[in-house]
Amino acid sequence: MTYIPNTDADRRAMMEAIGIGSVEELLTVVPDDVRLDGPLDLPSALSELELHDTMGEMAARNGSADRMASFVGGGMYDHFVPSAIGHLAGRSEFLTSYTPYQPEVSQGTLQGIYEFQTMICELTGLEVANASMYDGASATAEAAMLARSATGRDRVILAGSVHPHYVETVRTYAHGPGIEVETLPCPNGALDPDLLASALTDDTACVIVQHPNFYGCLESMRDLERVVHGAGALLVMAVDPISLGVIESPGAYGADIAVGEGQSMGNQVSYGGPALGFFAARDRFVRRMPGRIAGQTVDQAQRRGFVLTLQAREQHIRRDKATSNICTSQQLNALMATIYLSLIGKEGLKQVAELCLHKSHYAAARIADLQGYELAFDRPFFKEFVVRTPAAPGEIVTRLADDGLLAGIDLGRFPSLKIEDGLLIAVTERRTRAQIDRLVEALGRFS
Amino acid sequence: MSEPLIFELSSPGRRGVSLPAPDVPVKPVSSYLPDADLRATPPGLPEVSEVDVVRHYTRLSTLNYHPDRAMYPLGSCTIKHNPKVNEDMAALPGFARLHPMQQDETCQGGLQLMYELSRDLAEIAGLEGVTLQPAAGAHGELTGLMIMRAYHEAHGHARRKVIIPDSAHGTNPASVTLVGYETVQIPTNAQGLVDTGQLAELIDGETAAFMLTNPNTLGLFESEIRTIADIVHDAGALLYMDGANLNAVLGITRPGDMGFDVVHFNLHKTFSTPHGGGGPGAGPVGVRSDLVRFLPTPVPVKDGDAYRFDYDRPDSIGRVRGFGGSFGMMVRAYAYIRANGPDGLRQVSENAILNANYIMRRLEKCYPRTVLVHGTQNETPIPAEVPCQHEFVASGTRFREHGVRMLDIAKRLLDYGFYAPTIYFPLIVPEAAMVEPTETESKESIDRFIDAMTAIAEEVENDPDLVRNAPHTTPVGRLDEARAAHPKTLNLRYRKSLAE
Repeated sequence: MTYIPNTDADRRAMMEAIGIGSVEELLTVVPDDVRLDGPLDLPSALSELELHDTMGEMAARNGSADRMASFVGGGMYDHFVPSAIGHLAGRSEFLTSYTPYQPEVSQGTLQGIYEFQTMICELTGLEVANASMYDGASATAEAAMLARSATGRDRVILAGSVHPHYVETVRTYAHGPGIEVETLPCPNGALDPDLLASALTDDTACVIVQHPNFYGCLESMRDLERVVHGAGALLVMAVDPISLGVIESPGAYGADIAVGEGQSMGNQVSYGGPALGFFAARDRFVRRMPGRIAGQTVDQAQRRGFVLTLQAREQHIRRDKATSNICTSQQLNALMATIYLSLIGKEGLKQVAELCLHKSHYAAARIADLQGYELAFDRPFFKEFVVRTPAAPGEIVTRLADDGLLAGIDLGRFPSLKIEDGLLIAVTERRTRAQIDRLVEALGRFS
Repeated sequence: MSEPLIFELSSPGRRGVSLPAPDVPVKPVSSYLPDADLRATPPGLPEVSEVDVVRHYTRLSTLNYHPDRAMYPLGSCTIKHNPKVNEDMAALPGFARLHPMQQDETCQGGLQLMYELSRDLAEIAGLEGVTLQPAAGAHGELTGLMIMRAYHEAHGHARRKVIIPDSAHGTNPASVTLVGYETVQIPTNAQGLVDTGQLAELIDGETAAFMLTNPNTLGLFESEIRTIADIVHDAGALLYMDGANLNAVLGITRPGDMGFDVVHFNLHKTFSTPHGGGGPGAGPVGVRSDLVRFLPTPVPVKDGDAYRFDYDRPDSIGRVRGFGGSFGMMVRAYAYIRANGPDGLRQVSENAILNANYIMRRLEKCYPRTVLVHGTQNETPIPAEVPCQHEFVASGTRFREHGVRMLDIAKRLLDYGFYAPTIYFPLIVPEAAMVEPTETESKESIDRFIDAMTAIAEEVENDPDLVRNAPHTTPVGRLDEARAAHPKTLNLRYRKSLAE
């Protein structure tokens, strides 16, 4: 099955029109010594019907959240996705168009970006936001790069309670340009402000904390902010957008840059993506921001319209002097987030956040009551928490999968955390009391 | 009539989605969280009903041009048809609701897909190993540069420079800077190709890599590619292929066979995943055998009948993003490769090349192919007997005498119902228009495009103002770009805060 409309007759007519006898005449520029001498070694073509069957079987081999009760989080979450999102974002006009290089015929996408930017600024309490980043981890790395260029300092400090993938991504990005990265241990589930104070130096560009952090715990943000700014460094906060329905905004805490994974806003987990990262900052950093930004303007008839703007930051203009290399990002996913926030609204976001609080605290209390289980950290948490388990957490997760339960994340999979008996459990608004009770009962079998 | 902002439709008390009442015991929020961490002011999100949301975004959507409506000849971006079955496959709950932090035993279908797609892309590239992690083409370039840097470091010297043609995509030099290297630009010769003599002079022991697109951004095949590869390898450097133009070579030649050591793929170009108005994309990277150890971690592998992620890769550059990559785009690309098969993929490239040459030859009188002679403002023609590959770049300098620029012609094309070609890129063609039809345009569709371009060239002669003031039929006219470049124009919240 190919998607080529032209027939042999069409091709013959075209070749005749340009005076060639075969397509081979157009390939004479490809020397023989680099030519492939046979067909590619790939499986033979499938009809659309066969494709449905083959891939349907493949999908059915997964223990996905449509068949299992999922308590897996760790940066992506099984939040409810309202039906309108898929129907609207699936419209060809949004789905198949490209970057709005011709704004006169791209106002739908451009106004969507402007609305997205506004919503991200509302959520984060910061002044400017861009059109999207790849994901939370790469957005965090870009924040570190911005902090370096804005401060002229070459050292980045991360709380050890930041998502391990974010830490690893920052390290990967930091290597080439020679940025020094230090991770501070958080044995009590959050960064100790005194430890941070002792680690800060006058060459520290920024401190990166996650709030709620990878363990689900809240950080001591007010104290951390004082320490960071006292040393002249920038404060970068990675945040869960759903938490911002009840938890204070990064702007109100005094953050300079806020980033995060936006999947929770109307995007499926989709085995890791595509979702979106978001990036917001104080207005003084706007000319150093990575990524696309839309701005409002008018056309010749003074009608409101939107364009991509501040492009002198970007790779297609500045090339090797650009603030980032980002080009294609996650526009459709950002649109889905925008539609989600429109549907859920001011009250709805608070309600989702509160449901997460109620359900996760109910689950945590019940699990902590089980023989052999205890909460790992004595700190406030939002929708996710770590329990120490009486049996190996990896073993528990494997066994509970047979009961249709995805029990959480074995923290032993992240050696850098040095927690071998920790199970990270996420409870979103989507989990019912019956599912939570089933999880508690199943965990109880290991007591 | 412009569409209001969603915020301007807000009315207190409206809700767009209903949520269940709590089914667990409820305590005050302040019993869970410290007062100091409770949000003082709720975010100013709109309050709208579902019908408000549906109508607003439906109306917004109608303001966009898109390739499901007509040809979108945006050169370098490969805006081909996005098969609908791909969307259904990605939406299968077994894929869409699979969580990346689940243990591998419950993700066997997902891992199998990633493993097989990696294998297929490696075959298409003629290279040994593939990472699926990068989120976009530029992200793939960055990853490829990191891999090449790791290679040189492992050989004891990181080196300093990367050579790039002056016709390269802007992401190339931007990625070079991000990885801590310097860009050295090499001029394109009068045939629109790499000057191998110049390359041999420029390259030295501090050169980490040469980044090249083949076919290049002029749509011309670099026939001396083996010589280029030898020059690069003799200097101990690596040859990187920007895979933006891979749609021209499927089943005809392979990056590895041409001598490339590293290549990135754009799943959203060559492999038909939709562009989404600017993403999501996906930018897998393929490498030759001795670079496999540097690939980002984790890598999907097969042990017997079971699939798993391999994290034990001590020489890896590390992660370039969270989780395993943009899996939903991998599902679409996998469906596309399986639907086409090996013969279908070759037909893709052959038809893309025929379509482009047909347009190029039929338009060459009005829109000739040229390239600037390096260091001058003089154009030299690309000879008609040199075929283009999947795209070509025309010059619009002949319209200058009528006061018309390629920008004007692009805008006028919108009135004819087509999206515009890529304009003013590459930088070595004055008044450039880069046209890429792809294989999914029929002859009739292409003929309509040719007719439109021809008609516009006549309008330039007879009524240049009509072209200069275009577009005339779009939802808005030309926009004042300078006016948008201030924080107060970047979001509504900033504007409101200024007013307060």
